[in-house]
Amino acid sequence: MRIGLEEREDLHPGRQPLQEALELQERLLGLRRLLEALQQVRQQPRQDRPRPVRAQRREAVPARRDLERVAAQAVLADLPLTTFLSEQVVPYETDEVTRLIVDTHDAAAFAPVAHMTVGAFRDWLLSEAATGAVLARLSPGLTPEMVAAASKLMRNRDLIAVARKIRVEAGFRNSLGQPGRIGSRLQPNHPSDDLKGIAASVLDGLSYGVGDAVIGINPATDNIPNAIALIKMLEELRLRYAIPTQSCVLTHVTNSVEIVNRGAPIDLIFQSVAGTEAANRGFGVDLKLLDEAHAAGLSLGRGTVGDNVMYFETGQGSALSADAHHGVDQQTLETRAYAVCRRYRPLLVNTVVGFIGPEYLYDGKQIIRAGLEDHFCGKMLGLPMGVDVCYTNHAEADQNDMDVLMTLLADAGATFLIAVPGADDIMLNYQSLSFHDIAYLRNSFGLRAAPEFEAWLEGIGLIDPAGQLIDSGSGQQKLIGAVA
Amino acid sequence: MTGVAKDPWAKLRAATPARIGLGRSGAGLPVKANLEFQYAHARARDAVHRSVDWEALKAQLAPRAVVEVASQAPDRATYLRRPDLGRRLDEGAERLPATGCDIAFVVADGLSADAVQEHAAEVIRACDDVLGGLRLGPVVLARQGRVAIGDEIGAALGAKLVVVLVGERPGLTVADSLGAYLTWGPERGRRDSERNCISNIHLKGGQSYDQAAAKIGWLAREALKRGLTGIGLKDEAPVLAAAIEGTGRLPED
Repeated sequence: MRIGLEEREDLHPGRQPLQEALELQERLLGLRRLLEALQQVRQQPRQDRPRPVRAQRREAVPARRDLERVAAQAVLADLPLTTFLSEQVVPYETDEVTRLIVDTHDAAAFAPVAHMTVGAFRDWLLSEAATGAVLARLSPGLTPEMVAAASKLMRNRDLIAVARKIRVEAGFRNSLGQPGRIGSRLQPNHPSDDLKGIAASVLDGLSYGVGDAVIGINPATDNIPNAIALIKMLEELRLRYAIPTQSCVLTHVTNSVEIVNRGAPIDLIFQSVAGTEAANRGFGVDLKLLDEAHAAGLSLGRGTVGDNVMYFETGQGSALSADAHHGVDQQTLETRAYAVCRRYRPLLVNTVVGFIGPEYLYDGKQIIRAGLEDHFCGKMLGLPMGVDVCYTNHAEADQNDMDVLMTLLADAGATFLIAVPGADDIMLNYQSLSFHDIAYLRNSFGLRAAPEFEAWLEGIGLIDPAGQLIDSGSGQQKLIGAVA
Repeated sequence: MTGVAKDPWAKLRAATPARIGLGRSGAGLPVKANLEFQYAHARARDAVHRSVDWEALKAQLAPRAVVEVASQAPDRATYLRRPDLGRRLDEGAERLPATGCDIAFVVADGLSADAVQEHAAEVIRACDDVLGGLRLGPVVLARQGRVAIGDEIGAALGAKLVVVLVGERPGLTVADSLGAYLTWGPERGRRDSERNCISNIHLKGGQSYDQAAAKIGWLAREALKRGLTGIGLKDEAPVLAAAIEGTGRLPED
């Protein structure tokens, strides 16, 4: 692709930089060189993001990096999609995630776009021909590398426009992902796992209509007896109020399997995953272990409207910190993690996009961009994609940035977002969305909770038939009365 | 008394420091709750970006011998973006006496100047009581430093064990939490799994100076006796390890 740099010349004060970009692009041509160039694009982590530590180097003229990025994007745009089937960025022989991607690739599903370059694919995604149904059929034919490459040629608005077309439905005790609806994870963490303290946060969240995707606790102390105590408490709350939702204690899959074996009432099986075998080893998991955990979850048959039993989190930059990134960029690694997720038909997947800190995503602008990229890439691979819209106190971000990202994600059709009391997670020490923010998305944009959960909210008197919170407080009294 | 509405959340609020029962204006936060949140965030941001008053810290540590060094991160913005630079020693290395010692304390600003300013000297003082009989090196103050900078400093000092006191990433509730990382046989390239961490040292419901010192003392003596820190040491001290890990905090770096 020639990206028409000449035509854009009037946007720039002098010809010199454009000439440089063109020359650089010329130098990068030729198939072998193309692959080198691809590697170079990959060395650019997510757009506008600081390079991974190992790839970082001091550069005399920052402007040159911008030019290189544009030139590299132009090279990427010219690359045939089939390149990603013949060339693997992480070796097939030594990486089981690559083997999973290659061995499960659906050539028939891929056929309609097999002739396209990355640039043409990006254009086609934006076209009216690429409807939600078409994209759903295409999904098994796409590899994470193709999807991540396309995302690098898309602006924020493009990522929203395409993701919005794709609805991924999944179910357990309620139905998530339907058009016009947005789910929420109620995250009631407590620094010492105090049961009453956690219950208080759960009731607070329910009173705002939060918790249809899952009521999910990150335990402060990660061991099996503690996890069982938390699971039993959530189960008791769920049964007492007959809430059509699912709970989860976010502990390691090996703990969850043991908890299943001990007969505790576990709904969803959780695990953090990454995009390479080595990085997954850093999490203490491999595909075999995940297969066993998935089977254990299914064996309980606790879902009433569906059998999607897995909950995955991604986005920890773990491949980077575990030095398991094979020189591959962050967005491709992140999307490879989604290929791991899709094997297990999960109920929920979310990226914890701003959780790591400024060495990964420096400011609000980068967090917003990365959140939209992750959501797009996950949806393209057929996942019920959610986002933890969040930041740490050492990032250049604040709640205003989260307001922007959650609003964009709601428009992009995110399956669910995470919310904590007052946006302040007192155990993990970072800020996410507040329960109020979920109510805002429902009130201002007419988005609804999962249908079964919404009916429950209305039945207990927390919302009116239009899905709006009721002011009277009688629903709240019903909730609180039982414990206070 | 009449006219005072009973707050239905009062009892529940006592059960957790979480921001529950805030009330709402439409779907928004009421102005008071919103301002309280912004105040807490501003305080946490200040803790990250404020510089440690190293002169004041030196005065608190007197009459102990103190050496000042700096990491390769030239300024705070670079420090936050490039953790790798904060782990590398730059200026002042030549001032570190290679005389050898059992334990060297390193104070690094980490992600909370407030934590270092408020608690570092107190923790070192409390450790005097539990480290009797051991040879202590000078206290090294490492500007723009992260945990791993202690590896190079400890190696240069010829220390058998280095204890890095570092400001942890601040939360909205507690912005001045200090962490202590112990590394036996400090040298460049030590992995995080080769360290022991005592987290959550602060005065708002965290570990007290004496509690932290007791754990540092126990771990230090065990480390010197067995010649290791990290996972191996934890495995053999399940009770203490459970107490340490129970804080649920992320490692600072």
